[in-house]
Amino acid sequence: MSDDHDKEHDSRRERVRAWLSQARFVAEEFYSARYRGAIARAKRDEDDLFMLLVFSEMMGVPNPAAYYTLELQPLLLERFHEWHRRMGMERSPLEHFRCC
Amino acid sequence: MSAIILLILGLGGMAAGYFLYSRFIATKIYRLDPDFRTPAHEYEDGVDFVPTNRYILWGHHFTSVAGAAPIVGPAIAVIWGWLPAFLWVVLGTVFFAGVHDSGAIWASVRNKAKSVGALTGDVVGARARSIFMIVIFLVLLMVNAVFAVVIAGLMMNFSSAVVPVWGAILVALIIGQLIYRRILSLPVVSILGVIALYVLIFIGPSVPIQMPAEVGGLSGNAVWILILFGYAAIASMLPVWVLLQPRDYINGLQLFIGLIVLYGAILLLNPSVVAPMINGDLPAGTPSMLPLLFVTIACGAISGFHGLVSSGTTSKQLNRETDARFVGYFGAVGEGMLALAAILAATAGFATFADWQAVYTAFGAGGVNAFVEGGAYMIHNGLGLPEVTAATLLTVMAALFAGTTMDTGLRLQRYIFQEWGVIYNLKWMTKNVPATLLAVGSCLLLAFGAGGAGGTGGMIIWPLFGTTNQLLAGLTLLVVTVMLVRLRRPMWYTLAPLCFLLVMTIAALLIQLRTFFNEGNYFLLFVDIVVLIAAILVAMECASALKRSRAEVARQE
Repeated sequence: MSDDHDKEHDSRRERVRAWLSQARFVAEEFYSARYRGAIARAKRDEDDLFMLLVFSEMMGVPNPAAYYTLELQPLLLERFHEWHRRMGMERSPLEHFRCC
Repeated sequence: MSAIILLILGLGGMAAGYFLYSRFIATKIYRLDPDFRTPAHEYEDGVDFVPTNRYILWGHHFTSVAGAAPIVGPAIAVIWGWLPAFLWVVLGTVFFAGVHDSGAIWASVRNKAKSVGALTGDVVGARARSIFMIVIFLVLLMVNAVFAVVIAGLMMNFSSAVVPVWGAILVALIIGQLIYRRILSLPVVSILGVIALYVLIFIGPSVPIQMPAEVGGLSGNAVWILILFGYAAIASMLPVWVLLQPRDYINGLQLFIGLIVLYGAILLLNPSVVAPMINGDLPAGTPSMLPLLFVTIACGAISGFHGLVSSGTTSKQLNRETDARFVGYFGAVGEGMLALAAILAATAGFATFADWQAVYTAFGAGGVNAFVEGGAYMIHNGLGLPEVTAATLLTVMAALFAGTTMDTGLRLQRYIFQEWGVIYNLKWMTKNVPATLLAVGSCLLLAFGAGGAGGTGGMIIWPLFGTTNQLLAGLTLLVVTVMLVRLRRPMWYTLAPLCFLLVMTIAALLIQLRTFFNEGNYFLLFVDIVVLIAAILVAMECASALKRSRAEVARQE
């Protein structure tokens, strides 16, 4: 009897939880769907600036933090191609750094 | 006449439009296909292109298109009596707005989710695209100027709303931070935000802030306009998540609460419509109803601005093509419902005909103030809320809508200036601050140029705003019509609204041209001529584009 009661209680709790997570999903979609693009673009702009800082030394712009940013270069390699194309350069701007 | 009967007739008409006419348009004219691969799936990137549940998409679409304009327009237009405004809102929603909005989504979805601006270039021609840019600039210019004047008027007339309206900005800033930094979950933040806003609304009447009638040689109204543009300039340069996004969210919640409260009050109170069916005793200087009615009520009957939303963000998120009917057409119905509530508040929210007449003393005198006063009367008597609190609630609702539109409008105007900076190689113009200053300057020029240094006469440009908005709608309808002609489908369902709009817009511009000339208002005369030239260009473009595409189709046959 008490087992049944617990089960019923559990299933009700499950239902409430499912309903709450649904409500949360709807609220979050309602909050963010419209601005997803604008925020992603803002983030990309910041990332682009960061890319410039990391690769600046190779383009002849002195960078006092070059010792540290050098370490980041392999990590950002994947994004390099997209980045230089976005910056309006068809081919990689760096002599020793060819990606396409 | 009982307001409930009018309400039922209006809602019934719009429901019939949705269930019958929109089905016909969707299946026979646009032929929406559930199996068509929409851009949201084709180019899914998790950012711009995201297939979205249609109810959520509708919520976004509706809250993006609904704002202060469907409140202000109808509340001004009831000066001609309730019947013309009522008919234009209901029939306009059914035969114009719904067809236009769902058509814009369809056209965009069938063309890689491009915006209407890009589509006019692709479908109609490069010249049409240039005209489109000019019309958009004019719409933004007018909407910013007019809404600053509207909010300034509200701040002067309802001093109890000053604290909640500006407090809401603080609430939005805090909400934005709480969500961005993931401090609290969104449902909790929403509940706290709404509670905070309503606490502000309830304490507003105890801490009224009245701007003095004159401050340093400027009228109180003018000072508010300057403050508002100062605010909008800063707000439009902030990242969207800081202020615009949480503000929009609160506005969305406010919109639903406001609609429920207003409709609830009407149902409980059943007030009678005191305004005349057709006003035979028009105040001196009121322009002729035909054609001015059709440009005074733009949003709420048909509005070109919706096409920008439909083709800008909505079409990129449409899960199935058949959802265009629900999202686009029902979104227009939602806006029609808001306009209907505004009509009822401004006609049935007064105890006697004399009270109503005392508010509608001149064209443009009623407007949003009549909506707030009438709505507050109904909420007070229907739901028992103190009248001043109810008035504060509605003022906050209208002012927040208008404020958010100013923020977005200035942002878009800045983009246009920046784009011109790139095109004409003016480096300084591509920077944020100078471009924003140019945008603010042009709007201020219009706000003060139209009504003198007091800034009180700015509502004269309301019908001009309507004309530019209708021209934009005309261009969108043109794109849809040309597409239909090329697909050899019936074009009359979009061509007839297009012709009607163009005729009414040009007629309204000509009538206003004479009025401005007689009044010696040469500034507005100039603005009117600019809009008139744009309107004539749009009309000529329509004729030549349709002739061209029909000849094309005939050649192929």
